Amino acid sequence: MGTSLGFHIVFAVLGVGMPALMMVAEAIWLRTGDRVWLGLARRWAKAFGILFAVGAVSGTVLSFELGLLWPRFMAFSGSMIGLPFSAEAFAFFTEAIFLGLYLYGWDRLSPLQHWLTSIPIALSGAASSLFVVMANSWMNSPTGFTLGPQGQLLSVNPLAAAFNPSTWTEDPHMLVSAYVATGFVVAAVYAAGILRGRNDAHHRRALLAGLAMATLAIALAGVTGDSSARFIYAQQPAKFAAMEGLYHTERGAPIHLGGIPLNSQQRVVFAIEIPRALSLLAAFNPNAKVLGLDAFPAQNRPNPILVHFSFDTMVGLGGLLGLLALAFWLVYWRRRVLPRRLLPLLVIAGPASVLTMEAGWCVTEFGRQPWIVYGILRTSQAVTSAPGLGLTFAVFLAIYSGLAFTTARLLLRLAARERAAQSASAAAPTAAAGPPL
Amino acid sequence: MSEADAVAGLLWLALTAYAVLAGADFGGGVLDLLSSGPRAADQRTAVAAAMGPVWEANHVWLIFMITGLFTAFPRAFGILALALYLPFTIALVGIVLRGAAFAFRGHGALGAGPLSRWGLVFGSASVIAPFFLGTAAAAAASGAIRVQGGRLSSGFVSGWTAPYGLLIGAFAVSIGVYLGATYLTVENEGGALEGDFRRRAVLAGAVSGVLGLAGLLLAPSQAPPLAHALFGRGLPLLLLALINGPLALWVVWGSRPRLARIAVVGQVVLVLWAWALGQWPYLIPPDLSISASAAPQATLSALLVVCGIGALILMPSLWLLFRVFKGPLLDAGT
Repeated sequence: MGTSLGFHIVFAVLGVGMPALMMVAEAIWLRTGDRVWLGLARRWAKAFGILFAVGAVSGTVLSFELGLLWPRFMAFSGSMIGLPFSAEAFAFFTEAIFLGLYLYGWDRLSPLQHWLTSIPIALSGAASSLFVVMANSWMNSPTGFTLGPQGQLLSVNPLAAAFNPSTWTEDPHMLVSAYVATGFVVAAVYAAGILRGRNDAHHRRALLAGLAMATLAIALAGVTGDSSARFIYAQQPAKFAAMEGLYHTERGAPIHLGGIPLNSQQRVVFAIEIPRALSLLAAFNPNAKVLGLDAFPAQNRPNPILVHFSFDTMVGLGGLLGLLALAFWLVYWRRRVLPRRLLPLLVIAGPASVLTMEAGWCVTEFGRQPWIVYGILRTSQAVTSAPGLGLTFAVFLAIYSGLAFTTARLLLRLAARERAAQSASAAAPTAAAGPPL
Repeated sequence: MSEADAVAGLLWLALTAYAVLAGADFGGGVLDLLSSGPRAADQRTAVAAAMGPVWEANHVWLIFMITGLFTAFPRAFGILALALYLPFTIALVGIVLRGAAFAFRGHGALGAGPLSRWGLVFGSASVIAPFFLGTAAAAAASGAIRVQGGRLSSGFVSGWTAPYGLLIGAFAVSIGVYLGATYLTVENEGGALEGDFRRRAVLAGAVSGVLGLAGLLLAPSQAPPLAHALFGRGLPLLLLALINGPLALWVVWGSRPRLARIAVVGQVVLVLWAWALGQWPYLIPPDLSISASAAPQATLSALLVVCGIGALILMPSLWLLFRVFKGPLLDAGT
């Protein structure tokens, strides 16, 4: 399940971000008549066609796996988190329908009609992510039901479950992270192209568009991430303690930057410690009390090694990405040229932004352990008793690796073919005037 | 009729849509595999052109069904997920490979025409997915899934590995080919491919007729609850299906593609609803009824509201999709 999720999330995130870029590129073309933007929209549409198909089928696997792997979890919580999932199905319908129109409708719709079909794709892509994360938020802060003395469900309020307290902090953070990751991935692809000598208008504009989206979004990611962390401090103190690697409850707690939590010694080693900073950030009070892992019985503690490491990866990489974007725009505004020396860093920023997002998922998922529904249902109680789990896992792992490999190879081939077509058409009219470029 | 019944009816509608739309897409994959003769490459291209814009939207009916089932009938979903863990997983592998292979081939260098490795994956996965979904349906309908004290008591292979399950699996595959080939006669009306697809439609129709009749005749001994359903409350629709079946085949044979499309779709709808009406009020006979496995009232009401709002967006969008790609061509750009 985790593998499926980790795989699917990459495609899901591109499914949120790419349509927004396509929509903007085609809109600029409609307004200015600049065919470079049209070319970008068409190329992104082709690549997105492949990505969406793989995302759609891996998403199907997830919807089945919810039941196949966690029958008891779904039997318990289906009536509460099913609602956002059902709403997500409609959002997915909308995205699939209008993507069909967008991909295959270039010749059947007028340019304006065609551009209009991109709007529902972008909106429903964003809506999908909001709905799915609502369900995940519920697992973090389950509300909207009452339990009887034996743990049986007495009553359910599905709206209260969908709009649970976590939704308000987790949903915006996931949404903007999707734009961050997509923007950096796009910028990375074109930065790599420019470094290989393809420094044309096409590559420059694509890079600027991707990075602009990423920059706007990463600023928001900082804000939403901060409110998320404060929410976790208030509502999921065990997760908070694990994120920060805080073993002992303290007043005026420090922040541990980096370092390795050692369970055996109940402390974090090799970390840079900033005294009182954690209390200050979490509660705006340098002397505020922050619960450590020792405030919870051992069987209710998440694994601080995984969670702290994931958290530091997310925050650290996220911060570096923000700095990189800032440096890029400073240079660009002052000199009006692409800062060449930053291009290699931008190439790295693509995969790094995906890693940042995956680390964020690890924080929320590992941080919730040992619970699948926080405080209510343990993960170990919810897992399936069906046979062949290991085999299923191996089969899907193999399939996903194959799909990832093939997707990457096809996208590269697609790019090469587009380049060949482009240089052929560019060469034709200028052939008499001399060599192209 | 309770709210739970209304939701169950809605999910059955989604199943019907999935069967006649995505079923035809699976059939398209099988037809791709069976492409032959001098026009083999053209046949594959026609299948790809017909599926391209719509298959992803058609596929979402399945996701809608799954999410609706675990929202409204979480207990039934939990039981089905356990009892049918293996066929569902195998079908999922098929669904993943089918979709990915179709996209890879379509956007790869070769296109749909010549036989390719991804084409083979696409075709064979299009057999696997409907076959195992069919076996799973047979298991659920035949009374092989038993629940005692809220827990699955019939194990992980009951029903779908039985000969009857395999028969219904083959039936599901052949129905998909029948639907797909019939649609393709409409989309290639007047062209050389129309005859190719008509011959395949007739053949698939005959095969699915034989398998369907075998399924019906074997039901009393192999799947008593299903027989009870079909010969009980489902009987009027079953009789209609028994009349419509040969007629549909005759219309397909007689080169009336548009009428044939209606007749074949009608046949699938009749069979599915004869089963559904007959099985009511059970979701998984003989142990799980609709009311006993339903989610609390508040969830059902909320789900109906969500579906109502969703339908307001979905229906016009679907209409637009099928009008642009399957209807008469719009003026713009053509």
